[in-house]
Amino acid sequence: MAINEKVLDEILSQYPTKVKKNRKKHIIIKDPNQARQEIEANTRTIPGIITNRGCAYAGCKGVVLGPLKDVVHITHGPIGCGYYSWLTRRNKAASSDPTKNFISYCFSTDMQESDIVFGGEKKLARMIDEVMEIFKPNAITISATCPVGLIGDDLGAVAKAAEQKHGITVMHFNCEGYKGVSQSAGHHIANNTLMERVIGAGELEAAPGRYPINILGEYNIGGDSWEIERILREIGYTVLSVMTGDGSYEELKNAHVAELNLVQCHRSINYIAEMLETKYGTPWLKVNFIGIQSTIDSLRNMAIYFGDPELTRRTEEVIAKELAEVEPVMEQYKKICQGKTAFCFVGGSRGHHYQGLFAELGMETVLAGYEFAHRDDYEGRDVLPQIKLDADNKNIPELHVEPDQRRFKLKVPRERMEELKKKIPLSYYAGMMVDMKGGHVVVDDLNHYETEQFIKLLKPDIFASGIKDKYVVQKMGIPAKQLHSYDYSGPYAGFKGAVKFAEDITMSFISPTWNFITPPWKNQPILEGEIVEGGCSTC
Amino acid sequence: MLDCTPKEIKERTGGVINPAKTCQPIGAMYAALGIHRCLPHSHGSQGCCSYHRMHLSRHFRDPIMASSSSFTEGSSVFGGGANLKTAIKNVFAIYNPDVMAVHTTCLSETIGDDLPTIIKGAEIPEGKVVIHANTPSYQGSHITGFSNMVKGMVNYLSTASLETKKEQVNIIPGFVNPGDMREIKRILKVMGIKFIMFPDTSGVVDSPMTGKYEMFPKGGTTLAELRDTGNSKVTIALGSYASGDAAYQLERKCQVQPLIIKTPIGIKASDEFLMALMNKFTVDIPPELAEERGQLVDIMTDTHFHFHGKKVAIFGDPDIVIAMTEFLLSLGMKPIHVLTGTPATGGAIGHTVGNFEQEVGEMLKQAGVAGRVKAAGDLFELHQWIKNEPVDLLIGNTYGKYIAKAEDIPFVRLGFPILDRSVHSYLPVVGYKGAMRLLEMISNALLDRADRDAKDQDFELVM
Repeated sequence: MAINEKVLDEILSQYPTKVKKNRKKHIIIKDPNQARQEIEANTRTIPGIITNRGCAYAGCKGVVLGPLKDVVHITHGPIGCGYYSWLTRRNKAASSDPTKNFISYCFSTDMQESDIVFGGEKKLARMIDEVMEIFKPNAITISATCPVGLIGDDLGAVAKAAEQKHGITVMHFNCEGYKGVSQSAGHHIANNTLMERVIGAGELEAAPGRYPINILGEYNIGGDSWEIERILREIGYTVLSVMTGDGSYEELKNAHVAELNLVQCHRSINYIAEMLETKYGTPWLKVNFIGIQSTIDSLRNMAIYFGDPELTRRTEEVIAKELAEVEPVMEQYKKICQGKTAFCFVGGSRGHHYQGLFAELGMETVLAGYEFAHRDDYEGRDVLPQIKLDADNKNIPELHVEPDQRRFKLKVPRERMEELKKKIPLSYYAGMMVDMKGGHVVVDDLNHYETEQFIKLLKPDIFASGIKDKYVVQKMGIPAKQLHSYDYSGPYAGFKGAVKFAEDITMSFISPTWNFITPPWKNQPILEGEIVEGGCSTC
Repeated sequence: MLDCTPKEIKERTGGVINPAKTCQPIGAMYAALGIHRCLPHSHGSQGCCSYHRMHLSRHFRDPIMASSSSFTEGSSVFGGGANLKTAIKNVFAIYNPDVMAVHTTCLSETIGDDLPTIIKGAEIPEGKVVIHANTPSYQGSHITGFSNMVKGMVNYLSTASLETKKEQVNIIPGFVNPGDMREIKRILKVMGIKFIMFPDTSGVVDSPMTGKYEMFPKGGTTLAELRDTGNSKVTIALGSYASGDAAYQLERKCQVQPLIIKTPIGIKASDEFLMALMNKFTVDIPPELAEERGQLVDIMTDTHFHFHGKKVAIFGDPDIVIAMTEFLLSLGMKPIHVLTGTPATGGAIGHTVGNFEQEVGEMLKQAGVAGRVKAAGDLFELHQWIKNEPVDLLIGNTYGKYIAKAEDIPFVRLGFPILDRSVHSYLPVVGYKGAMRLLEMISNALLDRADRDAKDQDFELVM
């Protein structure tokens, strides 16, 4: 069941030479004796390999921008891009004013051949006018798609003219699908403009409550962020904004007054986290609200950061209360999950986060990986200075921010900051690999061929991935759990989420349906009667 | 729900809000899956391919395989030839399909990649085939993409190798579910007519659970069959938008007589299908099918009071909506709002494959129903129509559920995609059997509502 370099080599030998050479660098067998193992990540996808990856548009509009509910998001392109990112990621949103919640709408300029030939700027401007007339959103975003960059539509000019005409913020995002090598480029592009145009645009100079925080890189899939906020509010935190699950332009504007930024998904939001620290002096804390222990650790780290005995007391009180509720329930699920193994291959952060939750159920994650994470997500942020940008990623703009002369305030004195950094992951992320055990496999940009091979070899009890893999894996008789959409369940974050996850995982193991795969005529004797020839020594 | 949609309708020309269509390549991918041992390939950046695979997986709840050229910015500027050649080499080496069916996206179309030349220069192993279709996302809809890929099959594969045509019919089923394709094949078998159906996704996207994953399942039209389509006597194209173009192309290329008829949804369109087969192949309608038809009419008569006079809004892909509108009229219902997202011309270049507004408009006129009909419309507008003139029933794909909830309308799911219910793709809506199923769905939706809304004293045991 264990995997070693030789076995790995056999798998890769099926590849054409160039492909083999490339893929070898993206697969690591964890060796605890080595201080650090280097993986290659965030490089271009091999054509024809059947990757799970998406594009920069998906990373920008689909992931980061889309959840902002009071904003109309216009896709400038042919119909597909807008259509496929319409209600398919389960970033939930509720609004006290439903006429300002556009989450179930899809806006597309629906470019036609004539727009490709003569340019689509005029149509885009018309769409903005119509959106303003009908919807009156708090802001508008325009996301570019593949052909837009090629035909040279100037989105910046259209956005600027629209701002002058309508007096609201109109942001454009050059997130053409071919930018970068994956969704990751889109995260970066979205981060830049949100930082430049939205965060800090509000009037607030001080937070309207105690322990003010932002939650960064949390998209409220299946209500995750609501469960996290429930816990935080019960302890006494003031959640100023969530980026961007159930988020809004109005909240994001004042995100600058927080005392601490929590980072759940490092990959998608670390750019904003860093820039907030540079510009406003607000440190960020890597948190993980997936899994009971991770949630507790995160809450305690937050309490350490604020260093207020009252907050610490309240934190422990809430932890104790929540634990009393969830622990007995988890016990019953553990009995069924104990000793089972999992694959965990998800976008850019869950591949790590869910390993702890599996472990709490007594399950080992024997293979994990990301579609589009960078080396720092695998190896930790120490590796950042060594990462060289390659040709495919060079043209993603880097935004450089300076300390805000009026608003910059060191939230924590430098000395205490250094003290804290020794205790808690302040402005630091250690990556996924450090938490994995010897012999476990790390795969970057896992493809269909490798999925089949690793399943044959490691025979996991459950495969946690996305919709494109799900039915492939289930056809093999192995339960498949979607960790993007949660199979339309959730929340999975926080205390209650852990229980929901445990319930769903357990259900996937004990469902009677698996027992019917082999028809009765296949595992029972076909003929009734006697065997005459050569079988019986006494006759 | 959808609280931002006002009742007042204003003319819009800037684009689409809540589309009733998607883009070409997904239709081409679906069509390509209807070839046996074929891997669809998306020549563009990989986001499209992932989106299309995801969407088909959600509708069929089955594995959907396809590869991509994975364009980067460099290939977007200098052309994607190298990407496609690498992809072809890798796909055959690693996945070993018999056929690769390449389609394009708005990216490679805008660049102007010359696919025939690239494919000619690629390393294709002996006995393997690469076909292609141009599927620019900025023309037409997913239905156009389906049509283009089927046409691509004809272009590359159909061959007239015999002096005299065989007594067999080509059936192009259109963009319908595998359950529908199975039903159409059953009808042909019962009629005793030799046929080639292409594409045929039954056995591919409705494959059984066996505990063993097959990357290329049993189903799909074989290469031999696809080649032999050039030798058939007639091509029956079911649905002009999805299937007409390929049938005409097969006529041009191999002199196979084309016959374009409606998707056989409902009694009239099913009758028309059977009559066409009967006339072309001089066979009698077998008692089995006659009995099914009689059962259908029996049910229609028994239950007409459930349906009669009820106002309906219907949207979806043009071939399905045209046939379904006809069926609704046969039931005495009033389809007052009829809309498709696909443009009237279907988007095919230089060829008008249908005229949705005229065809549906004519039907309504004949039935004396005053209704609104629109091609290239969107669901935002449909919702506004409904706000202005309410209906008793909404029929359409999953996206309709938001309107149904907002306006509290009974809802029947029909067409593509259906993302929030299962089983639908396994069972037919075509033929007499399919019509019975539709009747049951409509009845259930209307009567469940009547039960829900009834006061205790008006609650009925027998309905």
